[in-house]
Amino acid sequence: MQSLGLDVLFKGTNFLRLLEGLWVSVRISLISVVISILLGLVAGVLMTSKNIVLKAAFRVYLEIVRIMPQMVLLFIVYFGTTRVFGWNLDAEASAVIVFVFWGVAEMGDLVRGALISIPKIQYESAEALGLTKQQTYLYVILPQTVRRLIPLSINLVTRMIKTTSLVLMIGIVEVLKVGQQIIEANRRTSPNAAFGVFAVVFLLYFLICWPVSRLAGYLEKRWAA
Amino acid sequence: MAESQVNVSERADGKPLLSIRHLHKEFDGKVILKDFSLDVKKGEVIVIIGPSGCGKSTLLRCTNALEDIQGGEILIEGQPIRKDAKNASQMRQKIGMVFQSYDLFPHKSIMENILLAPLKVQKRKREEAGKEALELLDRVGLADRKDDYPRQLSGGQKQRIAIVRALIMHPEILLLDEITAALDPEMVHEVLEVVLGLARSGSTMLIVTHEMAFAKAIANRVIFMEKGEVVEESSDPKAFFERPETERGREFLRSFEY
Repeated sequence: MQSLGLDVLFKGTNFLRLLEGLWVSVRISLISVVISILLGLVAGVLMTSKNIVLKAAFRVYLEIVRIMPQMVLLFIVYFGTTRVFGWNLDAEASAVIVFVFWGVAEMGDLVRGALISIPKIQYESAEALGLTKQQTYLYVILPQTVRRLIPLSINLVTRMIKTTSLVLMIGIVEVLKVGQQIIEANRRTSPNAAFGVFAVVFLLYFLICWPVSRLAGYLEKRWAA
Repeated sequence: MAESQVNVSERADGKPLLSIRHLHKEFDGKVILKDFSLDVKKGEVIVIIGPSGCGKSTLLRCTNALEDIQGGEILIEGQPIRKDAKNASQMRQKIGMVFQSYDLFPHKSIMENILLAPLKVQKRKREEAGKEALELLDRVGLADRKDDYPRQLSGGQKQRIAIVRALIMHPEILLLDEITAALDPEMVHEVLEVVLGLARSGSTMLIVTHEMAFAKAIANRVIFMEKGEVVEESSDPKAFFERPETERGREFLRSFEY
């Protein structure tokens, strides 16, 4: 096993530290995902609005998010705002802001897509039964939208979890950073640790994302209409 | 079906249940309905026929306030119905509508489809509404499918469910918009039988259809429309289908012969 460099994991509290790092990653993604989904639902409904100004604003927002690398956004929010506005955001808060900024745009776009994919006649047959606009959304449109949305948004969630590895660039000690630290500390005694530790980090990401992605597959099958 | 000719005119008590007055409807400047007027009395079954694009479906959609109108008025029991009016949802409860493509809610079971409006709109008790739903399902021969989902049903079955879903609201009038047009031929009969049963039990209906034999069997009154206007109206459907008075009526009926 020496050659794979896995031994360092069992030295001291190394493995525990990795798990703690993993928790930081998961915590940042979890908070970001929850806020993104909630705000994304609102954004998506607004994106279907016929208001030209609103539409244009969301268009620009979505393009910015798509074009701008998340890392640049992280730097702007974490380093940039401190200099210009004197905000002293802590790193985790900056990370959540960036991920939410990204997540709301993408989630909103998914919601918009799901909403417009519901045929107009579904609204009409609900209204023909005497349902009010709100009841139509609540009982007929949103449940169908959510069914279409969940597999797509889970895909977004796994992407967000993976992308949290970027936050080490603004000094957050998450799972990848812990891995690096362990490798650095053991450079002399276990030069091969780079392989073993990163492989384990890879495995940890896999263990988090795989069940989430399986859930998407399961729901997709169950709700296939 | 000609033997099952329904005669309900003696049930009609004279006052119009639905009154369409000088209705004017246009889409982007294109006139769909021109100064259209029609009174429907309680218990009457009125069949509207005409070539596609003549405005007959739009007429039904306006009647249920799914379309806004540019002129005239539509009254149900003397009260105006209008899209975007505050009371649109209340007014629509007096009207049952069944569409060509049935449009059940795919995420709800048959029973949930039927009970949604009685429970949420009319605030009825689940027990009572559920009992009525079962009776209605039994009437259309689908009581054993109550827990199935729409995707498990054939087109004809879905359409019968859509009729039940409208009936449970106890509408004053039923609007049927080409309800057999999307069905395979062997399923048309089962749906039309249900409608014929409703006519016999005195339901007021405004029907748009391309099934001429059915129209002849069920109608108290036939309206032949073209380009948004009434071309010929007859309260003797048999006579109309045998000898239309207008040339255009004759041409239209001839187009159904082989």
